[in-house]
Amino acid sequence: MKNVSDADSNTAGTTGLIHSIIAKAYTESPHLLHVLYTLQQQCLHISEEAVHKVAAHLDLPHSQVDSVVEFYSFFHKIPRGRYDILFSNCTSCGYMAGGVDLMAILGQRLGIVASNTRNDGLVSMGQTSCIGMCDHGAALLVNGMPIVNLDAAMIARIAALVEAEIPLEDWPSGWFQVDDNIRVSGLLLKDRLSAGTGLRAMLALGAADTLSKIIQSGLRGRGGAGFSTGMKWQFCREAQGAAHYVVCNADEGEPGTFKDRVLLHSHADSLFEGMTVCAFAVGAKQGYLYLRGEYRYLLPHLQSVLARRRKLGLLGVDILGQPGFSFDIDIVVGAGAYICGEESALIESLEGKRGIPRVRPPFPVTHGYRGQPTVVNNVETFIAAAHIVLRGSAWFRAVGTGKSAGSKILSISGDCAAPGIYEYPFGVTIRQVLHDCMAKDAQAVQVGGPSGTLIGSTEFDRRLSFDDLSTGGSLMVFSQARDLLAVIVNFAHFFAHESCGFCTPCRAGTTLLKNGLDKIAGGHGTRYDLDEMQRLATLVKCRSHCGLGQTAANPILDGLQRFPQVFGQRLVHRDFEPHFDLDAALEEARQISHRDDAAAHIE
Amino acid sequence: MSADTKQNTITIDGQEIPFLAGQTIMDAALAAGVYIPHLCHRQGLTPHGSCKLCVVDADNRSVSACTMPAVAGQRISNNTPALNEVRKTITQMLFIEGNHICPSCEKCGDCTLQAMAYHLGMLDGHFPQFFQRRKVDASHPTIMLDRDRCILCELCVRASREVDGKNVFAIAGRGINAHLIVNSASGKLVDSDLETSDMAAHICPVGAILIKEHGYEVPIGQRTFDLHQVSEIGLEKTILTKARQPDE
Ligand SMILES: Cc1cc2nc3c(=O)[nH]c(=O)nc-3n(C[C@H](O)[C@H](O)[C@H](O)COP(=O)(O)O)c2cc1C
Ligand code: SF4
Ligand code: SF4
Ligand code: FES
Ligand code: FES
Repeated sequence: MKNVSDADSNTAGTTGLIHSIIAKAYTESPHLLHVLYTLQQQCLHISEEAVHKVAAHLDLPHSQVDSVVEFYSFFHKIPRGRYDILFSNCTSCGYMAGGVDLMAILGQRLGIVASNTRNDGLVSMGQTSCIGMCDHGAALLVNGMPIVNLDAAMIARIAALVEAEIPLEDWPSGWFQVDDNIRVSGLLLKDRLSAGTGLRAMLALGAADTLSKIIQSGLRGRGGAGFSTGMKWQFCREAQGAAHYVVCNADEGEPGTFKDRVLLHSHADSLFEGMTVCAFAVGAKQGYLYLRGEYRYLLPHLQSVLARRRKLGLLGVDILGQPGFSFDIDIVVGAGAYICGEESALIESLEGKRGIPRVRPPFPVTHGYRGQPTVVNNVETFIAAAHIVLRGSAWFRAVGTGKSAGSKILSISGDCAAPGIYEYPFGVTIRQVLHDCMAKDAQAVQVGGPSGTLIGSTEFDRRLSFDDLSTGGSLMVFSQARDLLAVIVNFAHFFAHESCGFCTPCRAGTTLLKNGLDKIAGGHGTRYDLDEMQRLATLVKCRSHCGLGQTAANPILDGLQRFPQVFGQRLVHRDFEPHFDLDAALEEARQISHRDDAAAHIE
Repeated sequence: MSADTKQNTITIDGQEIPFLAGQTIMDAALAAGVYIPHLCHRQGLTPHGSCKLCVVDADNRSVSACTMPAVAGQRISNNTPALNEVRKTITQMLFIEGNHICPSCEKCGDCTLQAMAYHLGMLDGHFPQFFQRRKVDASHPTIMLDRDRCILCELCVRASREVDGKNVFAIAGRGINAHLIVNSASGKLVDSDLETSDMAAHICPVGAILIKEHGYEVPIGQRTFDLHQVSEIGLEKTILTKARQPDE
């Protein structure tokens, strides 16, 4: 692989190289995110010159390319190292997951500080939001490839491999082994559909009856919001438009969620089958799978499943010989932005823009991709739909509770002996789940990820369902030994980092909440700060533009309500303590003057 | 017709207000002379919904008045102490995330953000300053861009695209790092096609985009908000005229 990290030296050679990289990437896939990804990979950054050339080649405004480069976490204007290492900072798969700071150890070994590139350009290191390896202990991405089950010994070996410039292909292959860890199988995981069976059932039914079957099944969205899937498809089918689109949301960015990773890996056929069923029901010819950048390692596998389905006549023109029924699926890979899981931000990203949630109404079912009627559903939702056309709505309804038909696939991680994938009928209690995953002394469970609900042990008899505890699939267990405040602080950092920056309450509010929590966790908080936190958190929750801001304060509000003591313990017993720490502010001056004596400090 | 109009009304703070199909709550309110605080909204430009100054409670649900369609029978709270407190906090956020120097700012007295702060009884920034580093662009011969004061309302972005028929501005970056960029190869205003006669050069509600060599021309006492309240309906014209021709 060629490297042109010093592309800024404006030689004709690098200019020509950038041009040929862009031209080649563009012919392989014209999507802006893909062209930028290739540039980032090969040049290790996206220079001003490259932005300019991409804009020219794709015939886009310079500012659009520039704004996209600056929006997504995996694009950089300053060169990254030839080995770019990103540690997850999730509470389950993060660099602190094993109790030791693995990032600090690697930094020490390589002589590098977080978020920097070493002077020799060999290596860069940083942190990134949850990479969905929560059932595999501490994890990192090196040049986009996940390495799991990290410990200090492995970190030492990684440092040595980097220093010796050993190509990734020659690193121990076991390190890259990501398992499914399916522990409990239910309705969907028990037996795999054989490719095409769902489609044949669907063709026998016809579009209208297929749709009624989905409606009658009571299937609701598995991505979190729980909207009726059948109704969504029906609205889309009825909406007027030049084209209809089917989009699968495989952005899976909620910390602690990894069930879509497993479904994409082992049930891709059912997923594509479900998308094809949807296309048939709503009259779409084109579908997109929006895959989070962190799961790019699954791309070759997914492409090969698509290719096989085309060969089998399950995708493409006149599917299964049905004249006029044509549908195909493209995969678009994201580049590190949790907000792109929000369906309208996802659509913006599909269109090659920053992932900014749209104003709603109108909703995607009438004005989605390219302004046309679009269904956006979660991976699991499509898979459930594929099973339902084959097995019937009664089969599905027979499991679960009244308003929450069917099963839910959970990603369980944190302080339990058996993290992994668990599929339960809706209505299962938290207590049952904790028992099965062998969580011995849980003090709290985060249901639905940081944007969900934090509950304590008195609530473990509550049930998973749309009318009690709703979840997109994340369930993080925290034992008595956990510092819950540290968890809440971690979540606050996550949201501040992932806010898209569009609306004032979320853009400034998530940072204010983060700073306020840091102050309390640092032992400088007062009762006044807690009251402020409550007021601010409520404002961010009620007044933000989209679901990110509306849920970002949940861990704080839940924490204040259910675990007030974890905040109370850290407070200083004064009415007011300034945010501004005089002594800390002098640190830079001390560093410059190489002083650390008593007189260089303020009490 | 009369039966129709009777049906198509919303209620804002107890006052019944007619609306036409397609109007937002903001459109209907302004047409009826009811002020809903707003910073990123300007009649004639596509509604944006980002500043959140216009939050109202419609049937007990928080919505942005500038983007939410009016629906017959909606019951809306707008000018309540609780909502104005929320708006004050949001205004404080806008102040502390940027670097505002009101007393010495050229926009002082003509600045809608500042006027909003007075309107809402804001006495201080309340939150600790973010002290963000933001770039100044003085490259253009007649127009100045000081991002320190930008509130990311995208009025300039929309005015350039929708009124001037150009595409001079955009927002880049994510979260608290969001910032205004200029659509030119160098990223500098001088290399863009922005002209002094463009609406985008004058629409900025704060002192982020300024016309050079026209600072402090209007004496204190005669500036826009010395003479007007921000809550006066139809003030946009006055503000824009003033920005174009200060001595008018
Ligand atoms: C900040 C944010 C992130 C989201 N991330 C995801 C995601 O990763 N996957 C997903 O399916 N839905 C996600 N959603 C929900 C989607 O907006 C949307 O409701 C969902 O994709 C619809 O599919 P469903 O009806 O099948 O659940 C997210 C929502 C928000 C507000
Ligand atoms: S709530 Fe946050 S993430 Fe959502 S639009 Fe507003 S700023 Fe963006
Ligand atoms: S420069 Fe002015 S008009 Fe443009 S986004 Fe910033 S504050 Fe709004
Ligand atoms: S005026 Fe409605 S959000 Fe700014
Ligand atoms: S008064 Fe100058 S920016 Fe507001």
